[in-house]
Amino acid sequence: MVKNIIISDTTLRDGNHAVGHQLKAEQIAIYAAAADRALIPIVEVGHGNGLGASSMQVGISAEDDKTLLTTARENLTTSKLGIHVIPGFATINRDLKRAIDIGVDVVRVASHCTEADITQRHLGYVREKGKEAYGVLMMSHMASVDLLVEEAQKMELYGAEGIIIMDSAGAYLPSDVEERISALIESLSIPIGFHAHNNLGMAIANSVAAIEAGATILDGSARGFGAGAGNAQVEVLVAVLDRLGYQTNIDLYNILDATDIAEKDIIPVVPIIKSDNIVSGLTGVFSGFSKHVSRIANEYNVDSRDVYFALGERKVVAGQEDIIVEVVLELVKNKKK
Amino acid sequence: MKKLRVAILGTGNIGTDLLIKIQRSAVLECTLFIGRNLASPGMKVAVGMGVPVSDQSIHAIVKNPDCCDLVFDATSAKDAQVHWPILEKLGKIVVDMTPAKLGELCIPAVNLKESVECQNVNMVTCGGQASIPIAHLIGQTHEDIEYIEVVSSIASRSAGPATRINLDEYIDTTEEGIKLFSKAHKAKAILNLNPAQPCIDMQTTIFAKVKKPNMEALTERIDAVIQAINSYVPGYKLLVPPVYENGRIIIMVKVQGLGDYLPKYAGNLDIINCAGIAVAEEYAKKLEQSESLINWQNG
Repeated sequence: MVKNIIISDTTLRDGNHAVGHQLKAEQIAIYAAAADRALIPIVEVGHGNGLGASSMQVGISAEDDKTLLTTARENLTTSKLGIHVIPGFATINRDLKRAIDIGVDVVRVASHCTEADITQRHLGYVREKGKEAYGVLMMSHMASVDLLVEEAQKMELYGAEGIIIMDSAGAYLPSDVEERISALIESLSIPIGFHAHNNLGMAIANSVAAIEAGATILDGSARGFGAGAGNAQVEVLVAVLDRLGYQTNIDLYNILDATDIAEKDIIPVVPIIKSDNIVSGLTGVFSGFSKHVSRIANEYNVDSRDVYFALGERKVVAGQEDIIVEVVLELVKNKKK
Repeated sequence: MKKLRVAILGTGNIGTDLLIKIQRSAVLECTLFIGRNLASPGMKVAVGMGVPVSDQSIHAIVKNPDCCDLVFDATSAKDAQVHWPILEKLGKIVVDMTPAKLGELCIPAVNLKESVECQNVNMVTCGGQASIPIAHLIGQTHEDIEYIEVVSSIASRSAGPATRINLDEYIDTTEEGIKLFSKAHKAKAILNLNPAQPCIDMQTTIFAKVKKPNMEALTERIDAVIQAINSYVPGYKLLVPPVYENGRIIIMVKVQGLGDYLPKYAGNLDIINCAGIAVAEEYAKKLEQSESLINWQNG
């Protein structure tokens, strides 16, 4: 039996982290159209931290949400338009309502892996509006397997039609992924997905582990364009899944074309795993912190690796970028002593 | 001095912590602790203290309007909307602990005196109580404030079900408070829940984008602001004094609670309760003065 895998392309959302949320409308238009030609099922668009997240804390967007979403909408015919929404950043009235009016098809409501109950209202709203609603558990390596299952079950109860767990820090090895996806498949009756980061060079291997354990949704991006060391490289995923006998309905030549276009017009630096990314993966720190850590550590002349270890000890979650400044100032103070 | 008679509506974390704080007050007396369930943990605390309790919710006050002069509404934004018209007619002063925004927004360090002229004051949000005095200082020391953003991180365990379900209202109300008190053109509020063990203290960062940063004025006056807040929130501390980094002003504060009904890490719940008590005590003083004024005139 051929098993279908849904690919959600995060180039225009997670990729925004890699350029400090500076993606321009023209770039959205170019890649959305190319991804649409490649028949990618879902194209996710927006600020790296999703709807309403343009801020000093995580980075001010070059374009507002409305521009990003309307531009993508105009360039997608068969692919669905997806967004990422974190309650605490985005509100229903200010952000979600408008996004749905613009014509978003798929809404992924995300929370830190232990905080699923903050997604209840947003998931409910999306279902009420008749759009596809998924639950996302970010930084999933920070919860035990049992707790992760419990939180995913809450989201299922709130109306999520699928759950995606994110390896936001790129901290997993394939066995970690296999264990978690298997537990989720066993305990939930909705599709399960996986979102990889490549900090330890495991993005493709971990994605394969997820699929082999029963996941049916995978996130990937052109050339791996995403936060930190980047995501699973979507064109590689398509090729590997094909070799493994899974069906994505994505045409290889067209996805290769789309990602070549991305490299030419969208991606200033193709992601590689830098020293900082490895430390970020080892210390379990959110990949989205990398640009901020490099800049602030450099500005105050401290070792960014020390910053990651200090952040890891504090168990910071996605959204706590302000703590980087505090940690750096503390390191400076200790250095003077 | 005669104490002001206070009722607490809502027997959850906020209501119960308020009750304990009132027991310490020289000018407030809790005359009725009101909820819906006599078996709730908060009710048991109240009974243990010998405070009169009721499970009749708002009806307890409707049936016996003489039970109190002031009502702390520690229910939810939705319930507070139902309670206010009833309490207004009964002539009760309402200190609204929910983000319902029905009355005057009150930050004691900024507008305590003006607030007690109103019959309903809203205590904004925990993030608002922590950040608005600083946003106000930025407003007083700068002409043209393009944007202020406040980010609060709190311990997961200090965020009860009401906080979680009211996240959107938290954001709206905090942003409105920031704009009102700082005169910033735009404001943004962000809330993070952090599950780390041991639990983290509440931490709030204030970012500001201004035309001409005046770091000197901020540095000079920040201690006075912290002290003003300390007069009613002892656990409020400056963590990072004003710095200018990457085109933005950054100031960070930390709030530890008093550890009354709630653990010390729950600075987010403590700060809004301390603020609520501060405004209730101000009402008590104001009423006492006006009463003695009347007595003096009569005499």
